[in-house]
Amino acid sequence: MKGVAFGQYYAAESPIHRLDPRAKVIMAILYIVCTFLCKNLAGFIALVASALLLTLFSKIPLRLILRSLRPILVIIIFTSIINVFMTRGEVLLTPESWKIKIYAEGLWNALFMILRISILIIGTGIFLTYTTTPIALTDALEYLLSPLKVFKAPVHDFAMMMTIALRFIPTLTEETEKIMNAQKARGADFTTGSLIKRAKALIPILIPLFVSAFNRAFDLASAMECRCYHGGKGRTRLNVLHYRAVDFVAMMLVVAFGVGLFFLNRYGFGYTLS
Amino acid sequence: MNKIELEHVSYVYGPGTPFEKKALDDVTLGIRAGCITGVIGHTGSGKSTMMQLLNGLSAPTDGRVLLDGYDINGTPEQLFDQLRDLPEFRGLSRRALKKAVKAEIIKRRRALCFRVGLVMQYPEYQLFEESVSRDIAFGPQNMGLDEEEIKARVLEAAKFTGISPELLEKSPFDLSGGQKRRVALAGVIAMRPEVLVLDEPAAGLDPQGRDFIFEGISRYQKETGTTVLIVSHSMEDMARYCDDMIVMANGRLLMQGGCKEVFARISELSKVGLDIPQITQLIALLRERGLEIPADIYTVEDAVAAVRRALEGRKEERA
Ligand SMILES: Nc1ncnc2c1ncn2[C@@H]1O[C@H](COP(=O)(O)OP(=O)(O)O)[C@@H](O)[C@H]1O
Ligand SMILES: [Mg+2]
Repeated sequence: MKGVAFGQYYAAESPIHRLDPRAKVIMAILYIVCTFLCKNLAGFIALVASALLLTLFSKIPLRLILRSLRPILVIIIFTSIINVFMTRGEVLLTPESWKIKIYAEGLWNALFMILRISILIIGTGIFLTYTTTPIALTDALEYLLSPLKVFKAPVHDFAMMMTIALRFIPTLTEETEKIMNAQKARGADFTTGSLIKRAKALIPILIPLFVSAFNRAFDLASAMECRCYHGGKGRTRLNVLHYRAVDFVAMMLVVAFGVGLFFLNRYGFGYTLS
Repeated sequence: MNKIELEHVSYVYGPGTPFEKKALDDVTLGIRAGCITGVIGHTGSGKSTMMQLLNGLSAPTDGRVLLDGYDINGTPEQLFDQLRDLPEFRGLSRRALKKAVKAEIIKRRRALCFRVGLVMQYPEYQLFEESVSRDIAFGPQNMGLDEEEIKARVLEAAKFTGISPELLEKSPFDLSGGQKRRVALAGVIAMRPEVLVLDEPAAGLDPQGRDFIFEGISRYQKETGTTVLIVSHSMEDMARYCDDMIVMANGRLLMQGGCKEVFARISELSKVGLDIPQITQLIALLRERGLEIPADIYTVEDAVAAVRRALEGRKEERA
């Protein structure tokens, strides 16, 4: 598909979109820590409220955010079932005579687990995938991991590989579609027949796809060499990332939120996770 | 008699996404059987989109595409009603009938690709076999023809596209760009489609390669009487090889008719950024300077003849 950015990036003008990608990576990590800091009902109410606020700030439709939970729906359901049936507690909800025993603690645990996993996914989504382009994200990772260069880790090469791979995913998708259509126009049939027949039917797609991918790789390598590319050493950037005051403020807010959660654990109310 | 008809056809890419794009907007047109029809229009005017609707690769968002008067994207419900009354399907349970309809739809989709042969834009990338002849044979093989017939068709297609016998045994990846293009073209011609659709067959080729392709197509069309559609940017080629023309602009049909009729509406063409053939522009300049020649000249050959006639007429006047 033309013009469709790879991944889940949602193009919009929001304060979160404008933050420095490095700050967003750090905030995402801090936010994940926050979800694990939550221990009682008060904490989880605050957590849900923070997720809603983030959604509001990021200008991403709620529908889209909820959709990001679909891939992990199975995990959510599975863990909550285990929690409901396996937790032993004090308040029995089912009649004494039943074999299956469900405790109130189990329901609470399940609820908290659902909230924790969902908000973990939603939070990383809002900070990273939805509001940061994949390219900006690799840039940020390169910056953040650059201390590892001391240990001779090929951080730049890795980031360059990521960038190129990300750049070519939409191109290759488009190309696959084109090749498939061209072979379909010659009567290729990918949908009927035995498994072996279907696997064989992929040959007319895979060979042209590989040929063109290799050609692209050679072209790109030549083009990079022609521009005297020789790795990261001494290389300057076209788009230099700059932290602004607002980035620090945003990071501090997340830290403050974490501290707040810590106190809620102590002085909050409601059922508390053991 | 129109071979293909489009009735109020619209096509939308990515409906319901932020990237929604209406590529075709209420296009209604007819394509005459046994003619070469040229399709011109600016980049992004929806030409390729339209071509891909003709063999059922994609279905229009709105409207109908008719081949020989039949809707090529008939809905399962319509097919269901048709099949129910056929003798071989009578007495089947509803579920069995549904299954049969599904199979029938797939069968018809594929059959449609053989009836309407589509050569996509830059078709070189579709080559995959180890030899040129086997690649050309891919289409006919999919049709389920026998060896003899396939061989005959490969040779015939190679002849029309000017692929020499020694090339047939080479790997398609060792060929030049122009040769690859011709192999891809031969791969579709070998299916002997009733309609041959070519999306910018000469794009990116040198002038010699262009002429070679167009001459081949023209010869093929004359000998077989196939209905041919050619998408092209080049007005010169259109004027030379096409009987009819379709002009697209921004996903809409701007003009349709014989070549001469369309070129006669020069001012409208230039308004959408299309150039009339250079030779026609030259003729217009010559007329301004007082040479008495007709304005409706679109090929160099015609121009040479007309100018010669005009000059001889002057000589006689002087004598
Ligand atoms: N796969 C696609 N996804 C989204 N938009 C597309 C796609 N293909 C074409 N378009 C858009 O549809 C319009 C018509 O494209 P196309 O039919 O390729 O034009 P033409 O062949 O006349 O140059 C263009 O604006 C193009 O950007
Ligand atoms: Mg096109």
